[in-house]
Amino acid sequence: MTKTINLTLKVWRQKTTEDKGGFKIYYSRDTSTDMSFLEMIDIINEQLTLDGEDPIAFDHDCREGICGMCGAMVNGRAHGPEKGTTLCQLHMRHFSDGDTIVVEPWRARAFNIIKDLVVDRSALDKIIQAGGYISVNTGGAPDANTILISQETAEKAFDAAACIGCGACVAACPNASAMLFVGAKVSHFALLPQGKPEAARRVMAMVKEMDRLCFGNCTNETECEADCPKEISITNIARLNREFFKAGFFSSAK
Amino acid sequence: MQLDAKVPGGPLSEKWDRHRFELGQISPANRKKFDIIVVGTGLAGSSASASLAELGYNVKAFCLQDSPRRAHSIAAQGGINAAKNYANDGDSIQRLFYDTIKGGDFRSREANVYRLAQLSNNIIDHCVAQGIPFARDYGGLLANRSFGGAQVSRTFYARGQTGQQLLFGAYSALMRQVAAGKVTIFPRREMMELVIINEQARGIVARNLITGDIETHAADAVILATGGYGNVFSLSTNAMSCNVTAILRAYKKGAFFANPCFIQIHPTCIPVHGIYQSKLTLMSESLRNDARVWVPRDSNDTRSPHQIPGSDRDYFLENKYPAFGNLVPRDVASRNVKKQCDMGKGIGETGLAVFLDFEDAINRDGKDEISKKYGNLFQMYEKITGDNPYETPMMIYPAVHYTMGGLWVDYNLMTTIPGLFALGEGNFSDHGANRLGASALMQGLADGYFIIPYTIGDYLSVTSLDKITDEHPAFREATQEVNSRINKLLSIKGKRTVDDLHRELGRVLWDYCGMARNEKGLLKAKKLVQQLREEFWENIIVPGSERDFNQSLEKAGRLADFLELGELMIIDAFARKESCGCHFNEAYQTEESEAKRDDENFCHVAAWEYAGYGVEPLFHKEKLVFENVELTQRSYR
Repeated sequence: MTKTINLTLKVWRQKTTEDKGGFKIYYSRDTSTDMSFLEMIDIINEQLTLDGEDPIAFDHDCREGICGMCGAMVNGRAHGPEKGTTLCQLHMRHFSDGDTIVVEPWRARAFNIIKDLVVDRSALDKIIQAGGYISVNTGGAPDANTILISQETAEKAFDAAACIGCGACVAACPNASAMLFVGAKVSHFALLPQGKPEAARRVMAMVKEMDRLCFGNCTNETECEADCPKEISITNIARLNREFFKAGFFSSAK
Repeated sequence: MQLDAKVPGGPLSEKWDRHRFELGQISPANRKKFDIIVVGTGLAGSSASASLAELGYNVKAFCLQDSPRRAHSIAAQGGINAAKNYANDGDSIQRLFYDTIKGGDFRSREANVYRLAQLSNNIIDHCVAQGIPFARDYGGLLANRSFGGAQVSRTFYARGQTGQQLLFGAYSALMRQVAAGKVTIFPRREMMELVIINEQARGIVARNLITGDIETHAADAVILATGGYGNVFSLSTNAMSCNVTAILRAYKKGAFFANPCFIQIHPTCIPVHGIYQSKLTLMSESLRNDARVWVPRDSNDTRSPHQIPGSDRDYFLENKYPAFGNLVPRDVASRNVKKQCDMGKGIGETGLAVFLDFEDAINRDGKDEISKKYGNLFQMYEKITGDNPYETPMMIYPAVHYTMGGLWVDYNLMTTIPGLFALGEGNFSDHGANRLGASALMQGLADGYFIIPYTIGDYLSVTSLDKITDEHPAFREATQEVNSRINKLLSIKGKRTVDDLHRELGRVLWDYCGMARNEKGLLKAKKLVQQLREEFWENIIVPGSERDFNQSLEKAGRLADFLELGELMIIDAFARKESCGCHFNEAYQTEESEAKRDDENFCHVAAWEYAGYGVEPLFHKEKLVFENVELTQRSYR
């Protein structure tokens, strides 16, 4: 049932990358519990605009949990307290009247803050550029049904491929590691027959790039899995490690 | 100006092959001498950028978001059509072609649609080779499901996230070319102006959304793959940043805008629930494979849906259209839902909703089977509404979803400006007056992977292009225009916010240029939109500065363009004195209240030419010639 609640928000405001930044307090009054978290910020921004102040900058786009554009730490949790939920799909019915909510940007060495809650995640694109693809040019593919893939394999590959690249895993990890992100992509292709020819080269190149970009290492904290809005399993990190060792021992890939 | 669609001669099934042979070529060694700008990185943009780079062209790819992977193609749920006939149910290229052209209510170009059907099979082959994890049968073969407007199973899918997986395929191909040095990515850039030199498209002016810098980029050809303009309605299933700016800028520079009033209103979306609402969420058409649409027979029935027995339910789509049942095309389904609600039979607090019920399917196949097919959609529905669709039926209502209209293009996907191409939802070409489900992904990828790589080579090989750089005065002029528009927006300092005005524009268009239209309403809407436009330029408030990451400024620029587009849509709707597909003019309907076409007078594409700010645009028509299909009243009964 729809009801309204009153909330206090402590939001991180930072003008530019170089700016020091700090928390500012805002009040969200008569907030409908059917609203999404971002709609609540929309309303605060609408008021800030009318008051002649700078609205809170935040990334968002599809608002249906699939594009991976949105994200912020809400009370210390990436994308907020709900399991398997992006920030845009977090609804206010999960908060109570009188709550204080702390909202901060993703914090990681590899992600610079651009403004307020907006961060630069281009490092994730760079990791994909290092090898997150199957090298096939357009044209020349054989009939789609010449490759048989068991339903189980296809489903497992899908589970890994469902990663939306939002960066929550990096933000949630005490080491700011991107292992879940990399593990998901490596797994997606390692599981499928189409990905096998390049598997060794791919995993070596992607891990190397991840290290170069100052992402931390995995120490099995499993915070990434807990906060991943697509519930990508840390099994993918285990598979990444296995693929990495396999490539190191049994291939010429460096 | 006479519109020439450049459709090749010969029998329909041989046109594309013949055309490919007749097209001019650029030799592999010479391709690196050409620079191509691609704006947009959705399915059409990413696939075009990757394919052109593979051929050896130098590509600059632009996107609004922080990464190409976020483009709104990602949100496409249900699937992608192909004429593989893997289901052995009598499908063929001819049948996919026919279904698509009939679904579009005979307002699309025959040759384009046939080519689309032909290429559909290549797309699936290529996507599987890229590693896209399509759904599979137990034997390991690809699985198919059905979609609206078809009586065969030809839709390939990856759970309810087909668009996401296809986009990741195109994105990974794009990233591979970035690594190869053939594509340069410009993320967080918005195209602000098209630059034309010697009547050829030679570059763009873009705004760096982080720094506010205005950047100039020169090229030998420009491709716009910037998607649709459904957000003109403020509330739509489109992502928040979807906009018309790039194609409207091109329109104002001379590219014709075709069929702007052809707006697809999708029947199954989560209903509006409050004025603060920022967007609407689609529930995939694939759900209609297993769900049944109904309302209580008695509008005063207050029982919970489970307690209403079958005899007291009106399965209005199944009753009215026994042959296609719940899987009638989107325009037909939406109008019928609206009709039920207009009759007062709608459900929920607002009365603007009908049930989409899985009870029978769950009883038949079990919860697990249904969850495997639609799990993510059920989860999404529950997150938004707080209701569990395994237990209570979904409530749905139509919402703006896709725009069939767009820049006019010829068979080569070139607009009326030489060297300017439009792909994907941004062009008008393949869906006529109504797009069938699972056809948008097909079109975006056909355009990008398999059409533009050939046709752009032809353009470059037969055109004499002067050597230019962005030092050319035309870039300076365009930059000045952009700067003065931005300064104007920031200097108004009025009293109404962008979102506030945008909501009002959306309401006007939804009421008068939405699912049903009439002349009186359209005339009224035209005045209202003009007034809103005036108010915008006098009373808008845009905080912040131009040299900043300024999201309010971005939105204001887009709304300014939507306000011009809104009027163009109304003018187009007014001029089309017939009903066809999504365009339902109440004065033209059959006895069964279906859309009644006027093939004698309106079997054409309406292409509008910009004539100046506030001036009525000039009308041009491309007559549609049907040599291979017979124009009939669409029937799904």
